[in-house]
Amino acid sequence: MFRLEARTSTPAWFNLALPLLAIAVALVLCSGLIAIAGAGVIEAYSVMLSASLGDSYAITETLVRAAPMIFTGLAVATAFRAKFWNIGAEGQLLAGAVASCAVGAIPMPGYLAMLLMALVGAAAGAIVALVPATLRVKFKVDDVVSSLLLNSVIYYALMALIEGPWKDTFSGYPISPPIEDSANFPVLIEGTRLHIGVVVALIAAPLIWFLIARTTLGFRIRVTGENPEAARYGGINVQRVLLSTALLSGALAGLAGVGEVGGVHFQVMSDISPGYGYSGIVVAMLARLNPLGVVPAALFLAAVMTGAEAMSRATGVPAFLSDVIQGTALLAMLVALLFTAYRVRRVGASA
Amino acid sequence: MSAVFEQIFQVGFLAAIIRIATPLAFATLGEMFSERAGVLNLGIEGIMLLSAMAGFTAASLSGSLWLGVLVAVLVGALMGALHALFTVALGLSQHVCGIGVTLFCSGLAYFLYRLIFGQQSVPPSIKGFQPVPIPLLSDIPILGPAVFNQFTLVYLAIIAIPLAAFVLYRTPWGLSVRMVGENPRAADSAGVSVIATRFQAVILGGALMGLAGAFLTMAQFNAFTFGVVSGRGWVAIALVVFGRWDPWRSAGAALLFAFVDALQLRMQASGLGHIPYEAFLMLPFIFTIVAMAFMSRNAVAPSALLKPFRREER
Repeated sequence: MFRLEARTSTPAWFNLALPLLAIAVALVLCSGLIAIAGAGVIEAYSVMLSASLGDSYAITETLVRAAPMIFTGLAVATAFRAKFWNIGAEGQLLAGAVASCAVGAIPMPGYLAMLLMALVGAAAGAIVALVPATLRVKFKVDDVVSSLLLNSVIYYALMALIEGPWKDTFSGYPISPPIEDSANFPVLIEGTRLHIGVVVALIAAPLIWFLIARTTLGFRIRVTGENPEAARYGGINVQRVLLSTALLSGALAGLAGVGEVGGVHFQVMSDISPGYGYSGIVVAMLARLNPLGVVPAALFLAAVMTGAEAMSRATGVPAFLSDVIQGTALLAMLVALLFTAYRVRRVGASA
Repeated sequence: MSAVFEQIFQVGFLAAIIRIATPLAFATLGEMFSERAGVLNLGIEGIMLLSAMAGFTAASLSGSLWLGVLVAVLVGALMGALHALFTVALGLSQHVCGIGVTLFCSGLAYFLYRLIFGQQSVPPSIKGFQPVPIPLLSDIPILGPAVFNQFTLVYLAIIAIPLAAFVLYRTPWGLSVRMVGENPRAADSAGVSVIATRFQAVILGGALMGLAGAFLTMAQFNAFTFGVVSGRGWVAIALVVFGRWDPWRSAGAALLFAFVDALQLRMQASGLGHIPYEAFLMLPFIFTIVAMAFMSRNAVAPSALLKPFRREER
């Protein structure tokens, strides 16, 4: 007989083993779809691997894809640490993109424009995230639903802008005017799209880790998430911590939008984010809400996305496989997390 | 303004409202059953999409629309069962699982659609459901042709609303659903299986979401496109809250939203008014968020929503 038993602590190697297990399970399950599509599983996955990590150009493309998901992953991880259920990273990203694009279109010295784009974009994301947090703190409104619904509000606001007053007069499509050339983020390696925003994303992860693991605010965030009663008893203003967390989380998601505008698209269109905000939830869960884990998790999803397109061209398996892998990996990770709460114990048959 | 009024009282306009409201009514009732049992199902957006795709595919390959509807309902129920497996049986976080189900279902729908139909410049379409006039009733002026000359699925939605209210408020099973959503501990003591009841409610909810998806691809658009659901699942989440988890109010909310949506479509088409149509599409979300702030004091949401139930834990 086997029995589930509550665990009090988990060994450190779980942090690495569980996401790897989840990813392995997702890849195995999705290999069924590759087989249904009539392609070789090994072949498809190896094309995916070589097209995303096989040469230096591929690696830069994967990094460019990963940057927004590092930011949204950090946004979700930070929020979930405080048990502020921010499902709204998608909308916060869009708000950051719109705000930074508006700033980037103003003629001014390039370095100043980039700095302002980052500041204004982060602020826009933070303000959006403040809405569900304020509603929760002041009116006890469920943050899951309110942050999710705000995504649709922001999306339609963006559409109204780019189909209306903000539409680029030189384009037939609903698309915003481009930012100034001088505000385009510098490319680090000639002939690639690797822009400075990717480096900022890679630096942001250890910074957020430090903030959460080593600072007073980080301590408050963790205690608020783990035990709000104890936090209150210990003199922590839980409501203020939730609002601060929301500002931080929203700012990070906003920066994801800034990077897409300044480094990749240079303008705003309706599909500027292929769901990076929702992918941030997958990234954060795979990372077990650890900011340092967000980087490899985002790189994994980015590699799957870049690899899937090449795999589709080479084998005819639809590139949408990457979306299925993403969803399956999230669900597998959630199941794997059960191992952190319970352990399977063998108990005597007579017991 | 008078031009707007003339538009409103046209038969075509009323009929459009009913048609827009139908998939929302199915989806909203589905989400409501799930949430009344204590399970938030954010998988709704993906479940609707996958059902819409599966139903369309079945109908287009077999030539039978009703087989398509059946497949859509079964796929919806199956995905409901998947969500219940994670959130009810395993007690995993409902919102994150819901997002996972939506990502999984959407990805699978896109993947399978592309695999079966390939990449075509014009999406393949089918001959969808045709309106079935109800004798006598369809002769009533204005209301008749608008309400009683509709698709069979529309009539089904009209019947589903009182039926849902009856099931929820007047049957033992409905009582169980409400109990496990409000106070699972008490329900358990009273001999109601919390796990089984929640499973049933989430599966029924998934089946209704499947019907919503079926309506989109087999009656409303007669084709599957990647944007066929385009946020209608999230609208349903809002409508359930706005309708205070009650079948009548939720259906009323769906009708109200359909009115606003039909109005913006008319204004877009006729060039009336200068308000961007997105402003109308935003309304249900903004209204719901504001309404949530006012409602929170009354605590009308099922008390055990988002809370997993484990018998051995206290």
